[in-house]
Amino acid sequence: MAGVSTKEIKNRIRSMESTKQITKAMEMVAASKLRHAQARVTNSRPYFEILRSTISDIVDSNSDFSSPYLAERPIRKSVYIVIAGDRGLAGGYNSNILKLVQSELESKDATVLPIGRKAVDFFRSRKLPLLTESYTEAATMSIGDCFSVAKQLAKAYCRGEFDEIVIGYTNFVSVLSQTPATLRLLPLLQSDQAEQKGHSDIVYEPGCEEVFEAIVPEYLGGVLYGALCESRAAEQAARRTAMDSATQNAEEMIADLSLKFNQARQAAITQEITEIVAGS
Amino acid sequence: MTDFALKIVTPDGLAFDGMAQEVIVRSTTGDIGILAGHINCVAPLGMGRATVVIDGQKRYAACIGGMISVVDGKVTLVPTTFEWADQIDAGRADASYRKAKAVLDSRDASDTDIRLAQARLRRALVRKSVAGTK
Repeated sequence: MAGVSTKEIKNRIRSMESTKQITKAMEMVAASKLRHAQARVTNSRPYFEILRSTISDIVDSNSDFSSPYLAERPIRKSVYIVIAGDRGLAGGYNSNILKLVQSELESKDATVLPIGRKAVDFFRSRKLPLLTESYTEAATMSIGDCFSVAKQLAKAYCRGEFDEIVIGYTNFVSVLSQTPATLRLLPLLQSDQAEQKGHSDIVYEPGCEEVFEAIVPEYLGGVLYGALCESRAAEQAARRTAMDSATQNAEEMIADLSLKFNQARQAAITQEITEIVAGS
Repeated sequence: MTDFALKIVTPDGLAFDGMAQEVIVRSTTGDIGILAGHINCVAPLGMGRATVVIDGQKRYAACIGGMISVVDGKVTLVPTTFEWADQIDAGRADASYRKAKAVLDSRDASDTDIRLAQARLRRALVRKSVAGTK
């Protein structure tokens, strides 16, 4: 084992040990945060799903198109709400969602509303027009923030500033699997099954336009909050997996280096003995 | 009285899922009562007391924001916040009421502060009144 001294190897082992401790600690923090986030996802999921299915039921069986939210207009300007993390070291979590959105944006004239530091930095460095940079912390965003964002977007949509609102977030499928996705929130269009279901009459109290005017901001806020919960859980899950494999890698490297260290030490001892024997 | 399927979901979770006989909620234009066999209908909700009749028992709740929809006999209540009367933290509502009142009474509050305080005051008043009718 010429070339590498035992001291050098020892130093590398030591630095690897401390790296391993950090990744191990990060994994445990992510695991505990994941438990909270997971509980929140399971709580908010029925709301998210029922809200969406109720809205699509209403839209499908609707026959009154006086509300601007229901009218399809040529899409000139889109707005993308993008939820990413605040910090890196979460495996492919940030890059997956950002890449997905980036590829959709290429063919569109779009403004971005980034949520989370990584999303803000990404779109700022690409010089895309940003709606606001005030939501740099996805982790501390409250449900109240979601509703105020939704209200602003709904107003801007009614004024005709945008013709489409899309949200990009990460679906928390399971602890081991997270898939990035985009979802079109506005305009509310009838699905393909609408024709089969037929138009049943719905009573709008006080009127179709007023109902949608009041409900759509709520709907946007609710979906935004749901997407935020999903994304947060997905981020922690991705970080936990990434840190787990980093810890394992460190362990492997330490085992490898310890072997080399012992070999080098043995070689040094053998050499010393040979020298003594030769000298006597 | 005939039962109908009622679901109440909030962002914090499922508040109720089962059969009920009657629901009365405060919409933006006034109270609406819903019984089994109601025509399909959608209404946005205001802030106020919701009454749900389950097995002949009246239960009250503070119900704020969101919407109610009846589609094919299924009633879905999707409020922003929904708290049964026995779950309301009356002390917190009272503190929130006094804090909002202080903002409204001060002369140098900004417009946004006043608007937030008004909304908070209204929510606190709803909670306080519902908590009183357990």
